[in-house]
Amino acid sequence: MALENKWVLERLQSKFGDKIISSEEPYGLLTITAAKDANIDILQYLYDDSELKFQFLTDITAVHYPDALLPLCVVYHVHSLATNTRVRLKFYLPVESPVIKTATVLYAGANWMERETYDFFGVIFEGHPNLKRILNVDEMEVFPMRKEYPLEDPNRVDKKDSFFGR
Amino acid sequence: MAEKIKTLDTPPGVEGPGFFATSLDSVIGAARANSLWPLPFATSCCGIEFMATMASTYDFARFGSERVSFSPRQADVLMVMGTIAKKMAPVLRQVYEQMAEPKWVIAVGACASSGGIFDTYSVLQGIDEIIPVDVYVPGCPPRPEQIIDGFMQVQRLASTESLNRRESEKYKQLLEKYNFLEA
Repeated sequence: MALENKWVLERLQSKFGDKIISSEEPYGLLTITAAKDANIDILQYLYDDSELKFQFLTDITAVHYPDALLPLCVVYHVHSLATNTRVRLKFYLPVESPVIKTATVLYAGANWMERETYDFFGVIFEGHPNLKRILNVDEMEVFPMRKEYPLEDPNRVDKKDSFFGR
Repeated sequence: MAEKIKTLDTPPGVEGPGFFATSLDSVIGAARANSLWPLPFATSCCGIEFMATMASTYDFARFGSERVSFSPRQADVLMVMGTIAKKMAPVLRQVYEQMAEPKWVIAVGACASSGGIFDTYSVLQGIDEIIPVDVYVPGCPPRPEQIIDGFMQVQRLASTESLNRRESEKYKQLLEKYNFLEA
């Protein structure tokens, strides 16, 4: 029995009224955009509340919208195993100082997920015990998933542009 | 039934009661070619095809590779099967350096030969950027018959090569191209 999205949203708004910026339900998944300084407070409330019980962190990732006012968006997916409900939380950050509090204080699984988000997007999680690259080469200086980084390997010399529609 | 089994052709030589005289090159070449021990550096899907090649239907062991070795010190052929990421590249280079002469390298599959379909920032576009390759086996993944064909080409190289290949000028230039320091 899944909790009603409307009910979860009302609970969050009554507790964090001014911090919740907007909400929507793409494909039935409640997606809440909130102010970045409230990320641990919201996650902690969802964890501790006896009726909500969102105690399983499914994913932490990020999206880069290069043209937006706040380009980097950190996305948390939390799941409630007791009630089979899922909520997505989005926090937008500026690209000049992409700092947000770490979720390792609450979820041990956030450790590697935040390292991956740092590795690919450059989001700095303050308070993280070991924030360094996890999947890419250690000496890489750029963040590959940002839109300005080219996808293809620059060392190829034998590619004919005509075959690739360029 | 007996004529379907192929045995090794004896090299040309002089035969007599209790002795057989031939050139050292041909005997050692034949011995090397028929007992190549591979190091299966299997990282992804091509590794699964190699497992099928080693299994009973395609039986790689009949080519002399009865014992695969995961230690580079004891291997003759380095078979790189699968996508090599840039993070894996120094590891592969170290494995190649640890192999003793004579050694050959087979790049199995599209990813090892040229990066395959993964033309991205994280994938090494062909292992010949870091180590010299003798045989490329194309395919995604290549069928076991193709892997065997590539291996048979290495057998041909091993049987016809000069015994002291590492002293030849061409080989030294090749190693220099890849920045392998002279011991």
